Parts: sequence; C-alpha cells; structure tokens
Amino acid sequence: MNLSVKLGSLTLQNPVMVASGTFGYGVEYAQLLDLNQFGAVVVKGIRLGPVRGNPTPRTAEVASGMLNAIGLQGPGVDGFIKKYWPFLSTLKVPTIINIWGTTVEEYAEVARRFDALGGVGALELNVSCPNIKEGGAQFGTDAKLLAGVVRACRKATKLPLITKLSPNVTSIAPYAQAAEAEGSDALAITNSYPAMAIDTETRRPKLANVTGGLTGPCIKPIAIKLVWEAAKAVKIPIIGMGGIQSAADAVEFLMAGATAVAVGTANFYEPQTVPQVIAGLREFMARHNIADVRELVGSVKVAK
Amino acid sequence: MLERTVQIVSNERDTDQYFRLVMRAPELAMAAQPGQFVHLRVMAMKDALLRRPFSIYQARGENLSVLYKTVGKGTDVLARMGPGEELSLIGPLGHGFTVPKAGGETPLLVAGGYGMAAMYMLAERSPQKGVVFVGGRRRVDILCEDEFRKLGWDVRVTTEDGSYGEKGIVTQPLIAELRRGAAGRKLFACGPTAMLKAVAKIAEEFKVPAELSMDEHMCCGVGVCLTCVIPVKTADGWEYQRTCTEGPVFDSREVLWEVPK
Ligand SMILES: Cc1cc2nc3c(=O)[nH]c(=O)nc-3n(C[C@H](O)[C@H](O)[C@H](O)COP(=O)(O)OP(=O)(O)OC[C@H]3O[C@@H](n4cnc5c(N)ncnc54)[C@H](O)[C@@H]3O)c2cc1C
Ligand SMILES: Cc1cc2nc3c(=O)[nH]c(=O)nc-3n(C[C@H](O)[C@H](O)[C@H](O)COP(=O)(O)O)c2cc1C
Ligand code: FES
Repeated sequence: MNLSVKLGSLTLQNPVMVASGTFGYGVEYAQLLDLNQFGAVVVKGIRLGPVRGNPTPRTAEVASGMLNAIGLQGPGVDGFIKKYWPFLSTLKVPTIINIWGTTVEEYAEVARRFDALGGVGALELNVSCPNIKEGGAQFGTDAKLLAGVVRACRKATKLPLITKLSPNVTSIAPYAQAAEAEGSDALAITNSYPAMAIDTETRRPKLANVTGGLTGPCIKPIAIKLVWEAAKAVKIPIIGMGGIQSAADAVEFLMAGATAVAVGTANFYEPQTVPQVIAGLREFMARHNIADVRELVGSVKVAK
Repeated sequence: MLERTVQIVSNERDTDQYFRLVMRAPELAMAAQPGQFVHLRVMAMKDALLRRPFSIYQARGENLSVLYKTVGKGTDVLARMGPGEELSLIGPLGHGFTVPKAGGETPLLVAGGYGMAAMYMLAERSPQKGVVFVGGRRRVDILCEDEFRKLGWDVRVTTEDGSYGEKGIVTQPLIAELRRGAAGRKLFACGPTAMLKAVAKIAEEFKVPAELSMDEHMCCGVGVCLTCVIPVKTADGWEYQRTCTEGPVFDSREVLWEVPK
C-alpha cells in the first residue's frame, strides 16, 4: 500500500500533516505523540522579529468549532532558530515553516533566512491570517499582491513553497492560479474564516480583537468546496484542511482534489487525531482495494 | 504529561452547584502536584468540542479527583455522568505551587469558590501548616471546610451574604491576620480573577510573597495554541506567557493586571 505523496520536490511518507498554529513548534506534543509517524510537522507562523500578539480573550468556543484571534504571537526567526530548531532538526519527517510579513520584502527576507538555515522541508506562505491589521490577509485577498509575495519568495529560495490561501474571496480560482503562475509548488486551503461572537449578557464581543478566525468541523463543508474549485483550476498539489477530525474527513478532502491534508483544531481536543487519521486512511484503502493513496485524489464523481 | 481514557469512580453533588468527580487514573494521580490541572474531555458533549481545565483536588492511590462547579455546557453534561462512564484526561499539566517547607514560611491560603480544590491539595501536601481563608457568596459556596480542619489547618470562613462565617469578602480576615504580623508568611491564592488581583495588592502592601493560580480560557492546555496568555513582567519589559505552561501559578510580582500601552 502506498501512502506517500509529493509536494513539489518534497516527499511525504503519508499525506497527513498538522495545520500551522495548532501544533506549536512540535516539541510541546512530543511527550504524547511520535511525530516521526506524521507526513510533516508544520509550525506556527513566524515573521522576521518577535510578535506579542493580541490581548485576551483570544478564543471562544462556538457550535462545532471555535474562534481564535491570537495575532500571530511568535519568537521571530532568530528566536525560533535558537529555541525550537534544535528539536525540530532531529525529526525524521519534514518540518514546514509557516512564514509571514507585513511587506513583500519581509516575506522574502524570512524565506532567505530559512533557506540559509538548511534542513527545512518547505515554506508555507501565510497570506491569509484574518487576525492582524497589516500583512497576512491583505495579501491573500488581492491577487496582484499575492502574486508579488510568491514571486519575491520564489526568487529568495529554492525550498518548496506552499501558498496558504484565504477563504475570504468570491472565487478561489484566480488566487490559486496566481500562486501557481509565480512558481508556488503547492497550495494550502484553507485558513480560518473571519467570524464573530457576542456575549449577550454583557453585550460585548467574546474576543478582545472583536473578530477572529472560525475553525473546526463547522467549516469543513465550505473548505471542501474551496478545495474542489481550486483543484479544477490548477495542476499543483493542494493540502486540504478545515475541520478534519477523522479519516473519513481526510478522505473527503482527497476526493475533492487535495493531495495531502492537515489536522488543525482537532489536535486541541484529541492530540491523537493525526495517528488515528493515518490508521483510518490505511483501513479505508484496504477496505476499498486501493493500492495507492493518489488514486483517491480528485476522485469525487460529479455527474457532468 | 499523559493522555488517558479514564473511568468515573464517583461523581457526586457536594453542595448546590458543586460536584466531586473521582476518576481512576493511577499514573496521573502519581505524578500530580498541587496547583497542576487536568484537561478533561467530555466525549458525550456533541457540538462543544474543547477540553475543560480543572485543578487537581486530590490524588490518592489510583484515584484522581476534581471539584467542579456547574457553569455551562461541559460541566452540565459532566454533572449527569455516573460511575463506569468514560472521560479523556490530559495531565498533570502546568506549573504548580511551591510546596511550603517544614520550618519555612507560614502559608496563608486564600480560596474563592472552586479555588478551594487547588488549595486543598496544597494544604494536604504541605508539611508546614498555616491558615486557610475560604470565601464565597453564600454558605453553599464554602467547600472543604471540614477537610481543611482535619488536616490541622486554621480555617477562616467568610460569606458575602453573611449566611455563614464572617460576613464580607475573603480578603478582610486576610488583611486583619497580616496586620497582626506579616513577617515569615507567604500567600497562596486560587479563585476569581478579582480576588487574585486583590491578593496581589495585599501582598505588595504587606511585602509578603504570593503565588497566584490564574484562570484563562484554554484550548490545547499544553502550550501550542497561545490562547491562554497573560501579560507578565520580564527583565526587559513584558511578554505574554501561557497560563497552561508557564502557569497557571505565577509569582504575584510578575503578573501585570493590564496590558501595558
Ligand atoms: C487552570 C484552571 C483551573 C480550573 N480549575 C477549576 C476547578 O477546580 N473547578 C472548577 O469548577 N472550575 C475550574 N476551572 C474553570 C473551568 O475550566 C470552567 O468552569 C469550565 O471550563 C467551564 O466549562 P463549561 O463547558 O461548563 O462552560 P461554558 O461556558 O459552556 O464553556 C465555554 C468555553 O469557555 C471556557 N470557560 C468557561 N469558563 C471558564 C473559566 N472560568 N476558566 C477557563 N475557561 C472557561 C470553557 O473551557 C469552554 O472552552 C479552572 C480553570 C482553569 C484555567
Ligand atoms: C489557534 C489557531 C492558530 C492558528 N495559527 C495559524 C498560523 O499561525 N498560521 C496559519 O497559516 N494558520 C494558522 N491557523 C489556521 C490553521 O492552520 C488552519 O488553517 C485552520 O485552523 C483550519 O483547520 P482546522 O479547522 O482543522 O483547524 C491557526 C488556527 C488556530 C485554531
Ligand atoms: S491553552 Fe493552548 S497554549 Fe495554553
């Protein structure tokens, strides 16, 4: 049975990875999980310098999901390399680094720094965080700006590039195509959905940031549709995510057109989700007589 | 840190809205330290997915207990569960209290509402006995009083409505006690944020050290999501630190009650 897939020049032993920002820097969960079983480990978004992030409350639970407005708190490139790279560089599976900036030049500089570090599996360009004022989503909702970010990073590094798209667009195809045209090796779909919740007793928003990103099982059907639409528009592989908590959810993303999948919010309530999804995927393939996981990709049957 | 599916041994109402939940969790019970917590998943909850954090109240032999108040979806579902039913636990988590040493500073514990759970475990594990101040709105909010006495601790009860013990808030008898003498004493507190803030101020005024168990909303409980942070003083300014990992127990002098401009 083959579970291995490729994202550009990067080979994954299986298509199941984690979603940025839901798995810290890997080391935190190492006591509970064997990370070397994963397809890849994806770390929290990093920009050039350290970031404090948003005030609290930063989260609110909602039906079948949650809101978050972390504001991309992080140690910056140097802090990350000093504090977390010694552990991550010992892993046998690739580490994918999620990067962001407030200018095109910053994205490119961060890409150069990680290129120079050596041993990084791939870079994921976060052009879709809804929780910061500058950078992030502003690049993800303007196809020209998006193209500029991908182009600059493509020049800055030979590492495989994954462009993480925003769901907050009328049609995803032009964004997917812009990233592909500028040399992105893969797409990640989707980031969280801009959303809001109000405490009716106090009449205050539940998040200090007022709005936040909606994630978890409640966004899965919307994410499936985005992956399906993007897969029809581009040839590069897609990493599908949004509410995955079981192997069946992962298979659904593969059938919609994703080559790999990422588990996000589910890590918080069930840290064993990734190994469970990998085991369940094997079981699904055995039950359906599928020898190669790539046979599932885009296999949804839609009547013409 | 371990993740285990555990069975409920008992889950009984204590007073009013408070329940004592005993689970069979030998490895977690063995590792538990005062001030640490477990992140509990109630699988029976259908559309509320996240785990809920609860202080460890007792860890005896194979059993681990928490003392909880029913306040919302998760605790309501939990309150209807019974012996033999399963829950998922991750724990023990977080950085707990510094257990007082025999012959060291006299501990003064300040507990509000479910904060009594964490305070009880600290009292039980502390070779140095002291005074525990327990406060609540009404008589039914006073938990563990007899248990603290059985440990040989001096217990001072306050209720806001005066239905039991001294009428007022828990910090009043604490201030009175510190006026009698503050040297060689150390405060430990767990309870509502307003109470913790008042305790921090009292500690500053009387120049006594204080350890506070902070309460923030948590998603992961293990340090990855960065939802549970509070602003904390550092050598070169301040930073957000995680209540689930660097905390929940912080030195009161480090806690900033407002985000600096
Ligand atoms: C370190 C720590 C120790 C705690 N120890 C205890 C304890 O010993 N006994 C006890 O009764 N309670 C304790 N709490 C509070 C307890 O976690 C909440 O009362 C509980 O999560 C409420 O869940 P719910 O589903 O009933 O409420 P809901 O209001 O339905 O919960 C909705 C969401 O908000 C979160 N939430 C709501 N209130 C709180 C709160 N006060 N603190 C943190 N998250 C909250 C929930 O976890 C959930 O994600 C502790 C909290 C922390 C952070
Ligand atoms: C708490 C939290 C923090 C996140 N941080 C990041 C981040 O730093 N960079 C990023 O690209 N996506 C971030 N995301 C988005 C996730 O990577 C993922 O795209 C999204 O959560 C959808 O998947 P899910 O429904 O499985 O969680 C974050 C999500 C959550 C819940
Ligand atoms: S609860 Fe996730 S970092 Fe503290």
